Amino acid sequence: MKSLAELQAIKEKMQNKVALREGTDEKRVVVGMATCGIAAGARPVLNAFVEQVNEAGLAANVTVTQTGCIGLCQYEPIVEVFEAGKEKVTYVKMTADKVARVVEEHLKGGKPVAEFTQVDIK
Amino acid sequence: MIRAHVLICGGTGCTSSGSVSIQQAFADNIKANGLEDEVKVVQTGCFGLCALGPVVIVHPDGTFYSRVTVDDVAEICSEHLLKGRVVERLVYNDTGSDEPVHGNVALSDTVFYKTQNRVVLRNCGVINPENIDEYIAMDGYAALGKVLTEMTPEDVIKVITDSGLRGRGGGGFPTGRKWALTAPNKADQKYVVCNADEGDPGAFMDRSVLEGDPHSLVEAMTIAGYAIGATEGYVYVRAEYPIAVARLQIAINQAREYGLLGKNIFGSGFDFDLFIRLGAGAFVCGEETALMTSIEGNRGEPRPRPPYPAVKGLFGKPTVENNVETFANVPQIILRGAEWFASMGTERSKGTKVFALGGKIKNTGLVEIPMGTTLREIIDDIGGGIPNGKKFKAAQTGGPSGGCIPAHLIDTPVDYDNLTAIGCMMGSGGLIVMDEDTCMVDMAKFFLEFTVDESCGKCTPCRVGTKRLLEKLDKITSGKGTLEDIDELEQLCYYIKENSLCGLGQTAPNPVLSTLKFFRDEYIAHVVDKKCPAGVCKDLLSFTIDKDKCIGCGRCAKNCPVNAITQTDYVAPGHKLASYVIDPAKCIKCGVCMANCKPGAISKQ
Repeated sequence: MKSLAELQAIKEKMQNKVALREGTDEKRVVVGMATCGIAAGARPVLNAFVEQVNEAGLAANVTVTQTGCIGLCQYEPIVEVFEAGKEKVTYVKMTADKVARVVEEHLKGGKPVAEFTQVDIK
Repeated sequence: MIRAHVLICGGTGCTSSGSVSIQQAFADNIKANGLEDEVKVVQTGCFGLCALGPVVIVHPDGTFYSRVTVDDVAEICSEHLLKGRVVERLVYNDTGSDEPVHGNVALSDTVFYKTQNRVVLRNCGVINPENIDEYIAMDGYAALGKVLTEMTPEDVIKVITDSGLRGRGGGGFPTGRKWALTAPNKADQKYVVCNADEGDPGAFMDRSVLEGDPHSLVEAMTIAGYAIGATEGYVYVRAEYPIAVARLQIAINQAREYGLLGKNIFGSGFDFDLFIRLGAGAFVCGEETALMTSIEGNRGEPRPRPPYPAVKGLFGKPTVENNVETFANVPQIILRGAEWFASMGTERSKGTKVFALGGKIKNTGLVEIPMGTTLREIIDDIGGGIPNGKKFKAAQTGGPSGGCIPAHLIDTPVDYDNLTAIGCMMGSGGLIVMDEDTCMVDMAKFFLEFTVDESCGKCTPCRVGTKRLLEKLDKITSGKGTLEDIDELEQLCYYIKENSLCGLGQTAPNPVLSTLKFFRDEYIAHVVDKKCPAGVCKDLLSFTIDKDKCIGCGRCAKNCPVNAITQTDYVAPGHKLASYVIDPAKCIKCGVCMANCKPGAISKQ
C-alpha cells in the first residue's frame, strides 16, 4: 500500500458488496416471491433490480429484498417500493425490461412510473 | 449479481455447536435451488449471543436465526432465500414486550442488543474476518492512513490521551500515558506487544475480537508502533485459541501482501512488522513482565518492577504492552475523534466495555455496553435474568483476581472506580453470575484452586501463601474450621497481597476477601453451625428421609450406589408400605436418592 488513494479504491470497490449487510431504510424495493410470483416470472425481475440498483450506484440508499405472497396473484409479479415518509408505490405485472425505467425514474429521479401501477392497490 | 448474504457465525461457540457443517449445508442447498449466483454465504466472527447459537443472519432484511441445525437449512433456503418467507420458528425477536412479536425485528430492538453499543465488536459478525477487503470496506486501515499521512506521533498520543481510554486488561492504566512514557525513551529498537493471553476462567472477549476482527488489532498495533517509534510488534496469544491464531496469521499475511505491514507503509517511510508468539497456557503469562519473559524464550516468570516496560521491556528495550480490547478501540478513536470516545461512559471511565456473560444466566454470551451501565441492566435485561426462577446472589468480575458484587449492590454503575471502591475489580471482562444455589466459600475455594495451580512459584508469598489459603478453605468447607481460622485466613490474605511479586499473587486473595466482606455469615455458618447454607459443601450435608412422607416405593434404595438406604418396619399412617432410612455413615451425599424420590420425602441440610 503506497498511498491513501489505493486504499480508497479498494474501499469503494468493496463497499457495494458489503452495503447489503448494513441495511438502509431510505428506500426498500420488495419483490413478491411466493410460488405465484415466481411462476409469473418474479426472479428475473428481482435479479434485474439487484443488478441495476448496483449499476446505478444506489446500493447504499436502496435495499432490494423479497417477500411472500402479497395476495393479488393475478397481478404478479408485484413489486412494492417503500420510502420513508411517502406512500408506498405498487408496480404490477412487472418484467425485467420494465425495471430499468423504475430504477431510473423512480429510485433515482424520485418520480414513480405511473403507467406500471395501473391497478389501485393500497 | 448477489442479492442476499447469509452470515454464519464462525466464532468458537458456534463452531463447537456445528456452524461449520451448517455452512456446508447452506452451500449445498443454495446450489440445489439454483441460487448460487444470487446468494453469498459468509463466515463471520461472533455475534455475541452464544447461548442461542449456532447463529445465522440473512441480509438485506437482517433476519436473525438462532439455534439453527443442519436440518433447518433446506427450509431456510427454499422458503426464505427463494420465496422470501421468513422461517418464523427460528427467528430471535425477543423485544422484551408482553405482546407477541411476529417475524423479523431490527436487532437493535431486541432485548439482547438494544442497550449494547458495539465499538470494539462493531465488525464482529458483520464482516468475513479472513477477507481484508471487507475490513477495508468498513473503514479499515483508514485510521492508519490518517495517522501516517496527517499526524505526528505526538498528535496520536494526544488523541489517545484525550479520549480517556484505559487499559482493558484489568488494571485500567491510561493508555495514552503509557504510550507517552515509552515514546521519549531512546533505543535502537522498541517494541509493541499485544497481550492476548486471556486466561481468566469464563472470559472470551479477546478471543472473539481476534476471531471476528483480527485486522483491527493489526491496524492498532501499527498505529501504536508509529506513536512510540517501534518497528516490531508481537502478539502473545494462547495456543488454546486455534481459530483465533489461524485468523490472526491470515490477517497478518494479507496486511503484508497489501503493504500495510512491512517497509514504507503508505509511502511515509515508516516500517512495521508483526509476529505471533504462542503461549502454552500458563495463567501467569498474562502478567506483563512474565509475558515478555516468555516471548524472549524463557520460562514465563514475572520480573520485579521498576524498571517498567516503558524503560526496559521486551529484550531489554522500551516496550508498550496493551490488551486486545484496548487496541481494538484505537482505530475508532483516531477516525472518530477523542471527543466522540470521551462522550461515552462515566467521568473517569470512558468508552465501552466488553463482558463475557457466563454462569447462571439465560443469555450466555458477549456483550458490549457503555461504561456506567448498571449490573442490573447487564444481568436482567441483556442477560435475560437467572434461569429456573432462581434468585440472583452475586456476580464475580475479574475472575480469580477479582471479587464478587452481592445482590444489594446490583445497581452499581459498572466502571473502574466503582468496582474498585467495593473491593472488586473490572478485570478483563469475565462476568460470572451466581444464583442462590452457589456457596460463596466453595466459590472462593474454586478460584484458589486455580491460583494455586497457576502460581509460577517464583516468590514465596504466592507459592506458599495461596496453598495455605486453600488448606484453610478446605478445612472450613469440610466442617473442621473454627472462628480463629477465619481470622487467620483474612490476615494471610493481606500478607499475600502486600508481599507478592506480581499481579497474580497480589490479587489472588481477592475472591476470599470479597466473599469475607459480603458473605461472612456463610463462613460463620460453616464453622459454627457446621452447615452449608447453599447446600453445596458435601461434608456438611446430610440427607434424611421424612418417614411420614415416604411411600415406601424403594426407588431411593434401588438407585443408591453404596446401598446406604434400607427399609424400616414403620408404616406411616395412610401408607401401605414401610418407610426407608438413610445410614449417614455409608452415605456419600451424591443426591441420587433425592433426585429419584417422587413424593419429595428426602431433604438435604
